[in-house]
Order: sequence, then C-alpha cells, then structure tokens
Amino acid sequence: MTTQVPGDALVSLKAVNKHYGQLHVLKDINLTVRKGEVVVVIGPSGSGKSTLCRAINRLETIDDGDIKIDGKELPEEGKELAKLRADVGMVFQSFNLFAHKTILENVTLGPIKVKGVAKGEADKDAMALLERVGVGHQAPKLPAQLSGGQQQRVAIARALAMKPKVMLFDEPTSALDPEMINEVLDVMVQLAKEGMTMIVVTHEMGFARKAADRVVFMADGQIVEDATPEEFFTNPKSSRAKDFLSKLLTH
Amino acid sequence: MDVIIENLPQYWDGFLRTLFLSVISGIIALIVGTVLAAARVSPVAALRGFSMAYVEIVRNTPLTIAFFFAAVVLPRLGITFQQFEVAAIIALSAYTSAFIAEAVRSGVNSVPVGQAEAARSIGMKFSQVLSLIILPQALRTVIPPLINILIALVKNSSVAGAFYVLELFGQGKQLANANGDAVVWVLVGVAFFYLLITIPLGYLASVVERKVAIAR
Repeated sequence: MTTQVPGDALVSLKAVNKHYGQLHVLKDINLTVRKGEVVVVIGPSGSGKSTLCRAINRLETIDDGDIKIDGKELPEEGKELAKLRADVGMVFQSFNLFAHKTILENVTLGPIKVKGVAKGEADKDAMALLERVGVGHQAPKLPAQLSGGQQQRVAIARALAMKPKVMLFDEPTSALDPEMINEVLDVMVQLAKEGMTMIVVTHEMGFARKAADRVVFMADGQIVEDATPEEFFTNPKSSRAKDFLSKLLTH
Repeated sequence: MDVIIENLPQYWDGFLRTLFLSVISGIIALIVGTVLAAARVSPVAALRGFSMAYVEIVRNTPLTIAFFFAAVVLPRLGITFQQFEVAAIIALSAYTSAFIAEAVRSGVNSVPVGQAEAARSIGMKFSQVLSLIILPQALRTVIPPLINILIALVKNSSVAGAFYVLELFGQGKQLANANGDAVVWVLVGVAFFYLLITIPLGYLASVVERKVAIAR
C-alpha cells in the first residue's frame, strides 16, 4: 500500500463506449484515477480490460464518451496527441522493445528524439534507470539477447525515461515464464511505493493485494466492481466477481 | 565477335547512357516510392487515397504509355525538354516508383505492429515512428524485392531507345542496321553490357541483405 494521500484526478473516463463491429467491448465506462493511486484492473479475458488500458493513450479510439489526462481531453491524432502520449508511459504484454536498437538506445531514444535531451545527459539518465531495474550491465546488447523478464524491465525503464505522469501496464507479465514474473512485479511494486500513478491490467492477484489502492473488476465490457483490495478479495459483492475469484482459488 | 570490338566506343557510349538513366531514375524512384509508401500508411485519408490511386494506375499500365505521356503529352501541355533523356527519366522514375512503393509498403507491414505502438506510446510523431523505428526494420525484408525492381528498371530503360535516346538498346539498333550480317553478335554485345549492370546488382542485394539482418 502506498502511504501518500491520493491527490487530484489524473486520468478520468466518462461514459466511454467502444464497439468492434457488433461487439460492444466498452460499455459506459466511468473511472477516475487520482495522482499517486495504483489501480489494478482484473477480469476474465475478453472483458475489455486491455482495450480500456489502450484507450487511455488512444492506441484504441473510442466511439463516444471522453477521456481526460491531467484535466486535458485526449486530442485527435497528430502533434498534440504525441505530446500527450509522452506523459503517459505504457508497458506492453509483448515488451515491444525496438528490435534494431541496443538496450541503452531503447531507453534514450524517446528523451533524445521527443524531448530534445542532449545525448550525454540522456545516456546518464538511462543508465541510472537501467541500474534501477537491474539490467544496467545489459546496456550494449540487443533486445533479442535478453530474457523476457529482462526485456520487460527494460520496457519499464524506457517508459520511465520520459518521466511520465502515469504508467499504464497492459498485462505486463502474461508473456513471461513463471520464474521471471517476480522480477518484473518487484520493479512494479517498488514503483508503486515511490508514488507513481499506475493503471495495471493483470492476472497477478498477489500484485493486486500487495500494491493496489483499488481493484477494478471488469466483465463483458463493464466495470462490475471498484473496491479496495481487501474488500474485493474477501467480500466481493457481485456474483460475477465471486464466480471469477472462486475459479482462481480452485487452482 | 569483331563487330563488338570494332564498335566498342558506341557500346560504351550506350552503356554509360543506360547507366545514367538507371541511376538517376533509380534514385528518384526510391525517394518518390518511399514517400508514396509513407503516404499509404499515413493517418491522413487523402494521402492514403492518392498514393493508392497512383500506384494502382501506374503499376497496371504499360511502361510505353508512361513514355508517351512524358515524351508526347507533357510537351503539348507546355512542359518541353531540351533532351529526350529528361522525358525518359520522368517516365522511368514515375513508373518504377509505383513498384517501389508497393515493396516498401509490404516491408512496413512486415514489422510487428507493436513496434509502432511502442514508438507512439513514448510520444513519437508519425514521421519519427516511420523513419526511426519502422523503415530501418523494414529494410531487411525490402532489399530483395527492391533489387529486383531496380534490375527491371535497368532493362526497362531500353524502352528509351525507341524514344530517340541513344542508350544501350538505341545504339544496338543502329549497330544492327549498319551491320546486317552480324545482328546476332551485335545483340550479344548489347546483352553483355546489360549484364554488366544487372549481375552486380544481384550480388549487391545478397551482401546488403546479410549486413542489415536483425535478430528477433
């Protein structure tokens, strides 16, 4: 649990709807995430949680409703959107490190090309970040030479290098071998402790218990429950959440 | 055989002109083709539409028509040239750029979409995503088809011979007329000089391909 008091609304979604053809993937979503808050989004696959996460930095467009980041409406595609995305860090399920760039370049590219930071300074900051996530010695290698867990930690460092206001995690451990999940979760728990605002889509209930301020449970494109971790895990209100949790516990 | 050796200066002259047409048209087509491919994947619908229409029309009509346009229609519209070479370069680069656009586009599509998403998520603009992340990675898959297109361009430049440009094929035609008893050897000579350009291009392709290989 974070000790700091959550501040102003940093991310807010109001009456957001999205369809994929006939499929209504996001149904009237309302969600507010305050500064410093860690919100974990869980739910069965196909419930729309990844779509929700991707909609927040407009990797997915929405049909109606509005999404605000730090009080500003998400702009249309273009320069303004690019600027806003620089403030929203994103970590993907499949890491998506730039395959033709070294680990160090992966982290420095954003600061240098987007923010105009001098190379020397960007290198220094990037090395500090890579050390922080425990892969400093891998800096000159290419992504394909690293394990999945290491790649994902680099991806977190790459997002942090932009000094984002909020970090989005889209199932960051789902593509990892079991023994590598913890090294990534440890970095995320540390980040949460330091007061980063985070929205985490995950199946890792341990992380939700340990680091989340709120758990948002989604099913069939709707937010079914929005509660503290204790409340949600010990006393879920909806039958949908009870059903979901009982399936997890039987394994 | 003798006819080739006796006429080496003409061959050499034609060879240089073919090389000149191919290199200039190739460079222009690479630039225009890449821009067309970028337009094709851009977020602006009008650019996508223009690029698609251009590629479909040019790619699906004969090169001779492109030459007629450049050599006959353009001058009637008031765009005149001192030399027919200019018309030939316009026709060849306009024609070849459509094929290059398609090759580059398929290369762009071969790069996993997550690469572009990651680049966008750290705040890169479309032009940066394309030039820093996508195109460098597309290069590897694009090199082989690109070299094929450039080889075709070298051979296609022979059409210029029919439009008063004395490149390799044009010279060959004149030599064949002057040496009616040795037409076969004249043409063997012409073929040899084409191979002098196209075979090294194929070799270059395999060298570059190995150099730009990216581990995934």
